[in-house]
Formats: sequence, structure tokens, C-alpha cells
Amino acid sequence: MTAVNTIIHLLLAITLPPLLLGVINRTKAVFAGRCGAPLLQPYYDIIRLWRKGSVFSPVTSWIFKAAPVITMATTAVAALLMPLGNHPAPLAFNGDMLLFAYLFALSRFFTVAAALDTGSCFEGLGGPREAAYSCLAEPALFFSFIVLARISSSFSLSGMLNDFPLTVWFGSGAALLLMVGALFIILLAENCRIPFDDPNTHLELTMVHEVMVLDHSGAGFAAIMYAAALKLFLLGSLFVHITVPFRSGNFLLDWLAFVAAMLLLAVVIGMVESTMARLKLTRIPQLLIAASILAAFAMLLVLRQPS
Amino acid sequence: MSSLLKTFVNGAAVPLGEIPDYPLNDFLQGMIDESGRGWRVLSYFSVREQETLLLFAIMGSETKQLIGAMQSRLTGALPSISRYLPQVHLFEREIAENYGVTVEDHPWFKPVRYIRPRSGSADAWGRAADEPILPCVTDFYRVNGEEIHEVAVGPVHAGIIEPGHFRFQCHGEIVFHLEIALGYQHRGIEELVTGGNPAAAMHRMETIAGDTTIGHGQAYCMALEGLGGTAASSRGNSLRAIALELERLANHTGDLGALAGDVGYLPTMSYCGRIRGDFLNMTAVICGSRFGRGIVRPGGTAFDLQPKQIAELQRRLDAAASDLKNAVELLWQSSSVIARCDGPGSVTPEDATELGLVGVAARASGLQRDVRSGFPFGAYQKTPWQPQTDSHGDVYARAMVRWLEAQQSIDFIAAELDRLPAGNCLTPVAQPRPEMLAVALIEGWRGEICHTVITDSTGNLTACKIVDPSFHNWTGLALALRGEQISDFPLCNKSFNLSYCGFDL
Repeated sequence: MTAVNTIIHLLLAITLPPLLLGVINRTKAVFAGRCGAPLLQPYYDIIRLWRKGSVFSPVTSWIFKAAPVITMATTAVAALLMPLGNHPAPLAFNGDMLLFAYLFALSRFFTVAAALDTGSCFEGLGGPREAAYSCLAEPALFFSFIVLARISSSFSLSGMLNDFPLTVWFGSGAALLLMVGALFIILLAENCRIPFDDPNTHLELTMVHEVMVLDHSGAGFAAIMYAAALKLFLLGSLFVHITVPFRSGNFLLDWLAFVAAMLLLAVVIGMVESTMARLKLTRIPQLLIAASILAAFAMLLVLRQPS
Repeated sequence: MSSLLKTFVNGAAVPLGEIPDYPLNDFLQGMIDESGRGWRVLSYFSVREQETLLLFAIMGSETKQLIGAMQSRLTGALPSISRYLPQVHLFEREIAENYGVTVEDHPWFKPVRYIRPRSGSADAWGRAADEPILPCVTDFYRVNGEEIHEVAVGPVHAGIIEPGHFRFQCHGEIVFHLEIALGYQHRGIEELVTGGNPAAAMHRMETIAGDTTIGHGQAYCMALEGLGGTAASSRGNSLRAIALELERLANHTGDLGALAGDVGYLPTMSYCGRIRGDFLNMTAVICGSRFGRGIVRPGGTAFDLQPKQIAELQRRLDAAASDLKNAVELLWQSSSVIARCDGPGSVTPEDATELGLVGVAARASGLQRDVRSGFPFGAYQKTPWQPQTDSHGDVYARAMVRWLEAQQSIDFIAAELDRLPAGNCLTPVAQPRPEMLAVALIEGWRGEICHTVITDSTGNLTACKIVDPSFHNWTGLALALRGEQISDFPLCNKSFNLSYCGFDL
């Protein structure tokens, strides 16, 4: 049974992420009164880019070429640590949430380094923005991990999130509510969604993440796009495990419920993007700090509970 | 105190001989003095007359509802008055570039459009005739220091917009200085109009700025009618006003949608994109062209409205008006949109006055500048016009002024369609009288369009000076960015939405 679950885990992690982007885009289109692009458009884009040749600026070094590979690889390893659909992750050990968080940090380091490597003034603006905002987002994520560790008495993502019982919500509802708020903010910020960043904009000066990858092309860019979709999928999965603590016992039903919950999350993100404008760039740190404070309060609440 | 200027109303012509001719220093001092008496510079240009250059200053006063003109002769260098009257700084650079005049003591003496001087003139910067002049290849204002970085944007942009180069001096995310360099689309329209076939001139005027076809076409026609001394038919005037307001509606709607898009608010962006098309299609109902090509002609309009078309326009106007209301109210009801637009790109009323801003940008800073009320023309003479203003001067204010004006335009069109005067839409226009100067002001959707035309002793056009509102307002955008976040530039730029080709001519 574990082998089957591992295969399903890998299949979902490989095939599902771009669909989330498709669902988000379709939701936004419906809200704007448009038909919208096909649901599978992100797949077509990635395949198209994958088959294209790459152009490298002569001023870039190996860092620029390595960045997409490292981004793809680190995100793929992170996918092995995150449990999906109430089944343990293929890789689980004590403290794996630290590896999970810093795999993304490693990928970000190389993305920023590659952006600076191009010497473009646009990318020179995007890199520092991304670095600053991720520093502010990190405490919220770690406070949330402490909350989960305290509740589950486990130091592994699989242990924290699997068998996350509904009853926890009755016992520590207030703490969880604060944490879910923080995690949703982190989910949007880390994945460059509105109100933090606009994945659809063409205005380089306003971009955060998108402007750093402007010079990537072809297969490298396909890898970056795919890794971004996978990151949304993984952080979304973290969010869904806590907000939809549903477990039937039937392993197939659990998988289906997980996929449905993920698609629902994509719809919710699409609705958020459709009904609000972007934040002024100077407001982003404020919201990220607010997320950290929410998560810190959640941590205080669970720490003073007798275990 | 008696005015130094020969005054006349919008659209009228005056004999060149009646325009007071002052010695250069008195002329320049006169511009500064008159600006202190409520006049502002509408146009300031020069015309070659054999070996000397004639300088013309066209000024205007909303309170007096009059246009004033004076002239002078220039033989050597031109002393700059930009330090005292900043609104002329680009006009002085333009005179220098076109006629090879050195402007003394200009605070920032550079070309305007990066073009060669007109025939018979030397080069103000001493460039050889065979030396290539590359657009915007020049020294830019630089802020030095280790922590300063420079960001260059354009002329090739990510969106489908016109070419222009923007050079930012930044400290982190803060813009210390923005310099805008244009000229990529210079076609030499002013020279083509005076030197070429008069019949082709009308078509060229409609292409000065493609989104202001009706505005520029109407300004040119009004100037020609002034030269001939015949007014357009009253039915023609009403139809022109309807077309002008439809142009305003289409562009204001498009701008509101584009602003929504820039802040990432999709519903209004999508709806306004469609509704803009509805207004363009209404223009097509009148003349068959969505952008109003061919509709305005000297003497009135080339197209009349039949009762069936009037009913069709009324029906479409009602539908588009209610759609627009829904789409834009969505925008104002969204607190995140208000939070995003409130604050950035602010221009104080003092700065707006000093720079001579016009149109939406001026009214958003609280200035009562609207040709329809200040210098009423055509159908706007029938009823007093109330300019729509806001006091904040920021992105929000410019968006709000657009929305208020759009509502006003809808009401105006509905009223005009009901009370269209009878008669022909086109009356014959007399030939231009010799040795006259005519000035026509039109409130285009961006702001004040000023066309000045001069005839020679045979009644041929010898000079045509076109001032697009963008010519006044680009400096306003540069100033609005001072001390702002560089990430707010696209939004500020969109809120001004100035024309590149209207500036480049």
C-alpha cells in the first residue's frame, strides 16, 4: 500500500501543479466576464518552452544557467518531503520541515543571484525585493511549524500534517485560525500572487518575482515556470491539510478529496485575485509582518496549553 | 494696466500687422509680466522671415476668456526666461532645435525631438550636417553617489505602447529624478502642412495623435475657418461636439480600465476594455471610422445624422452609460483599489500652475483649466461648462476627474442629440485671408490642443504651430515621480496617459 501511495504522490506532484494555475486563471477570467484560456494552457506553455532553444546573454556566467536547474531540483526534493492527501511523504525524518523551508531558500538564492548576474537594472530591482520580502515571510512559516509541532508532538512534516484530527480545531481553534490566516498570506506572497505581485502584469518596474526571470528562455524558463507551479502546489498542500482535516480511511477517497480541495484552493486564490487590487510595494512588508505576528500569537496560544 | 497683448476670442483671426511688435527684451519681460496677470503661455514659437526670426507668444486667460498675441524679432541668441516662467522651458528648446538659436542661460539646454534644424538654419549644438543624430542619445541628468542606481526604461516597452525613453536616478526604490526623452516618432507634420498639398493637410492633422483624431482635426478646421472669417454651421458644430465627447468617452473609459489593469483589478479592466469599443463603435455610426477619421471638415462635418442614426446613438449611449457606471463603481467600491491609487504621483496646484499643465492632469490638481469653459467654442458656447476638478493631484484624482468627465460627456451628448440644430452640417468656407494669424483651442480628451496658423500675402499657410496637451504635461509626469517609489511609475504614467506622437509631431 505504501508503494502505491508513493507512486500516486509522485504522479500527482509531477502532473497536477500546472492545473492549479489553469484553474486560477480560469476563475479570474470568469470574474472578469471573459471565456479565458484553456484549463490546460500552463501545460501547453511549459511544453512549448521546453521545446524551444535558449538564449543566454554573453555577460552572464554559469550561475545564470544553473539557476533554473537548481530551482527545479530543490522544488522537486521539497515535493518528496511534503505529505499529500493524508498519506505520508516518500521522505520523512525529524526536522524535515527545516529542509523543506530552506530548499526554497536555496532556490531563491540562486534565482536572485542569476538575476543580479544579468546586470539588468530591472532584475537588479527585483532581486532585492524578493530577498527582503522572503526574510519577512520566513518567521511566519516557522512560527506555524512550531504550532504544528506542538500540536502533533512531531518534528516531521508527515507527522505534523497526517492524521491532523478535526478535534484539534475544537481544542486549539483560535490558535489554528490565526495560523491559517498567516499561512494564507504566506501562500499568496511566496507564490507571487495578487495582492503581493501580479503574475499577469507586463510592467517590469512593478514586478517582484517575474522581473527576476525576464532573461530566462526556453527549457530553463520552462523549468522555472514548472517549479513555480510546484511550489504553489506544495504550500497549498500544507494549507489544505490544516484547513480540510478530512480523512475517510479509504485511501482512494482520501486522494480524491485532496485533489478536490487543492482545486478549490485554486478557485479561492483566483477569487481573491479577482476582487482585490495589488498592494503598494511599501505596504507588502507590513502585511508580511502582520502574518508573522498572527503566527506568533498562534504559537503563544498553543505553548501555554498543557499538552 | 493695459495689456501688452492683442486680444481676440478662441477661433478668431487677427491681421499680422495688428499684433504688437516689441523689442526682444520688452517682449520677454512682457511674457513674464502678463503671466503675473492671469495669462499663461498657450504657444511660443518662431517663424523664419528671410534673415530674421519672428517670435510669437500666444497667451490665454480663462478668466477673461480671451487669447492674446504679441511678437518680436530675433537676430542673435535668445535669452531664456525659463527660470522665471518654467512653462516655456520646452518651447525655448524647441525654438533652438528648429532654428538653430542658442538659448542663453537655459537651465537644461538640450534638444526636444533629436531632429535636424529646419532648412536654412544652423545647428544650435554645432553638430555637422552629416553627423548622425540618434534619438535620445545624449547626456542625461545624473545623480552621483555609490548608493545611486540608474534605471533606463524604453524606448522598446513590454506593452503595446509608443516609444519613449525614461531615465530614473534612484536611491533604492525611491526616484530622485526622472528624465523623459522623446522624439522617436517625429514626422515633421508642421512642415508638411505648410509646404505640401493643402488637401492632404487635413488628413495629416488627423494623424498627429491617432487617439485624438477628432480633437486635432477640429482644432485645424477651426483655425482655417478663422482665417477665412466664416464660422462652421451650427449643426456642424453640434455634431463636432458630439464626436469630440465620444472620443473623450472612449479614451477615458479605456484609461479607467487600463488603470484598473495596472493595479491588478481585473473586472473593471475587462469591462472597460469592451465599453471603450462601444463608444468607438458609436463614432463609427456617425462616420464609418471608429477613430473619427474624416468626420470633421472645414465648415462643419462631412457626415450628417439621420433620425434613424440619432435614435441608434441614443440607444447605444444609454446602454454604454449604464455599463460604464457598473464597471467604474466596482472600482470605487474596492478599498484595495483606492488604497493603491491614493497618494502616488501627486502634483501640487503650485507646480501645475508653474509648469502650465493642461487638461485632466491640471484639473486633477485643482486648476480650473478647461477650454470648454475658459475659451468656449462651437456648441459649448450655448451653455456654460463646469470643469470637473479634484484637489489631490494624485493617481486617484486623475482617475476621478476622468470618471466625472465621462459622466458629463454622456449627459452632454444625450442633450445635444435631442437639440440638434436644423440646417446643413457643412457650410462653404471662404479662402484664408492674407497676412492673418488664427489661434484655435480645443479641449481634447487629454487637454488643451492649440493650433496657430499664419498666412502670407497670398493667403497661403506659411506657418502652422501645433501644441498637443502632452507637450505641456510630460514635465508634470517627471515631476510627479520625484520622491516616489519607482514601482509606482507605470501607474503614474498611465494616470497621465500622454501622447508620444502628439509630442513628437
